[in-house]
Amino acid sequence: MKLMVPVDEKNMQTDVCISFGRAPYFMLYDTDSQTAEFIDNDAVHRQGGAGIRAAQLISDFHPDALLTPRCGDNAADVIKGAGIPMMKAIKGKATDNVQAYKEGRLEVLGETHPGLHQHGGC
Amino acid sequence: MKIAVLSGKGGTGKTLVAVNLAAVTAPSCYIDCDVEEPNGHLFFKPTSIKSKPISVLLPQVDPLLCDGCRACVEFCQFNALAYVQNKLMVFDEICHSCGGCMLVCPQKALTEREKVIGSVEEGSSEQVYVKSGFLNPGESSGIPVIKALLDSREPELSENTWIDCPPGSACIVMESIREADYCVLVAEPTLFGVHNLAMVHELVKLFKKPYGVVLNKCLPEVNPAEEYCKEHEIPILDKIPFDHYLGELNAKGIIVSRESEEYRNRFLGIWERIQEEVQQ
Repeated sequence: MKLMVPVDEKNMQTDVCISFGRAPYFMLYDTDSQTAEFIDNDAVHRQGGAGIRAAQLISDFHPDALLTPRCGDNAADVIKGAGIPMMKAIKGKATDNVQAYKEGRLEVLGETHPGLHQHGGC
Repeated sequence: MKIAVLSGKGGTGKTLVAVNLAAVTAPSCYIDCDVEEPNGHLFFKPTSIKSKPISVLLPQVDPLLCDGCRACVEFCQFNALAYVQNKLMVFDEICHSCGGCMLVCPQKALTEREKVIGSVEEGSSEQVYVKSGFLNPGESSGIPVIKALLDSREPELSENTWIDCPPGSACIVMESIREADYCVLVAEPTLFGVHNLAMVHELVKLFKKPYGVVLNKCLPEVNPAEEYCKEHEIPILDKIPFDHYLGELNAKGIIVSRESEEYRNRFLGIWERIQEEVQQ
C-alpha cells in the first residue's frame, strides 16, 4: 500500500507540512517495503491554483490514501475525482501518521476549506 | 479628459467626489468601476436604462475528442485544469479566460462556452451619462466588467469622463485608471487614512499619472493625510470639512452639489484646480 503525505523535509524524520498545496515535498510511503520516496512539489511557487496543481501531481502516483491536515476545496475535488481517500493527518512526524493510519486511528478528512485564492490578484 | 477618482480604502468619499464632479461638469460621463459594490447610480438615479450582460469565455471539453495528452493542463499558468481518471476537470473560478488551452489542444477537443458574470447599465441623469458595472456575487474577478465599461463609447457631447474606482490598489484599480489622464486621490484625516493614501500614491506614481489629493472629512485638529501630502509635495486640490449637513444629504442619496450652491461652488473649485494642474 502507498500513502502520500505533505512534508516539510526530505527525510524520514520530517514533520507533516501544515499546508497541502504549498508543501515543499510529498512523501510517498510504501508500507510493504517500509521505504519512502520524496517528491518535489512544483506547485510551491505557482502564483495561484497551487492546490489543483499539487493534487494533479500526487494523483498521478495513484496512492491508496492521502494523509493531510487540511486541503482546499478545489484540490479536494481533484483528489476525490481521482478516487483517492483523504485522511486527516495529525500534527507531528509523517511516519507517526503512517503508523496511525495503519492502526486505523486517522479520521476521514471531513472538512475542506475555500481556497486561499487571489494571492496574485486579478 | 478622463479623470479617475481613487482611494486606498472604502468609505473615504470617492463616490461623493466623483459623483459631484461629474454633476458640476455636465454634460459629462460618470463610470462606476466599483463593480463589487457600485453605488453611484443610487445618487444619479439614471433613467432610460439600457442593460447588457457581461460574459467571460471558459473552456469546455468534448470527452470523445480528448485523448488525455494533458497539453492544456501543462500549459495553464493558473492551474485551472486537472486531468484525473481519464477526465479533464475545469475550475471556472481559477480560469482567466486566456484561451491558451484551446490553442494548444492537438485534438481540438476544447471549445469555448460563455458564462455571464455581471452586467453593465447605462442611463442618463440631468446631462450626466451614467454607466455602472455590476459583478455577480461569488465571481472572482471584476476585470471583464470594467473592461466592458471602459471600452463602450460615451455620447459625444460628454467632454469629461469621471471614473469612480474600486477601493485599494489591486488589479481592478489598475484596470480602472489605465486610460485616465488625471487621478484624484481621496483621503481621510487619520493614520489609517495615510497608510491607504500611500498605497494609491505609489500606484499612480508607478503608472506615471498626474495626480492630486482631496482631503475629506477634515477636522480642526492636525491632519496626518495633509502632513503626508506636504512631505511628498502632493498637490492638495481641496480640504472638504467634516459636515453633518453633507453627511445627511449623502445618506439620503442626494447629490449635494445639485442641492447646495456652496457645495456646487466647492466642486467647481476642485475642477478648476484639476484643470490648472493638468495644464502645468
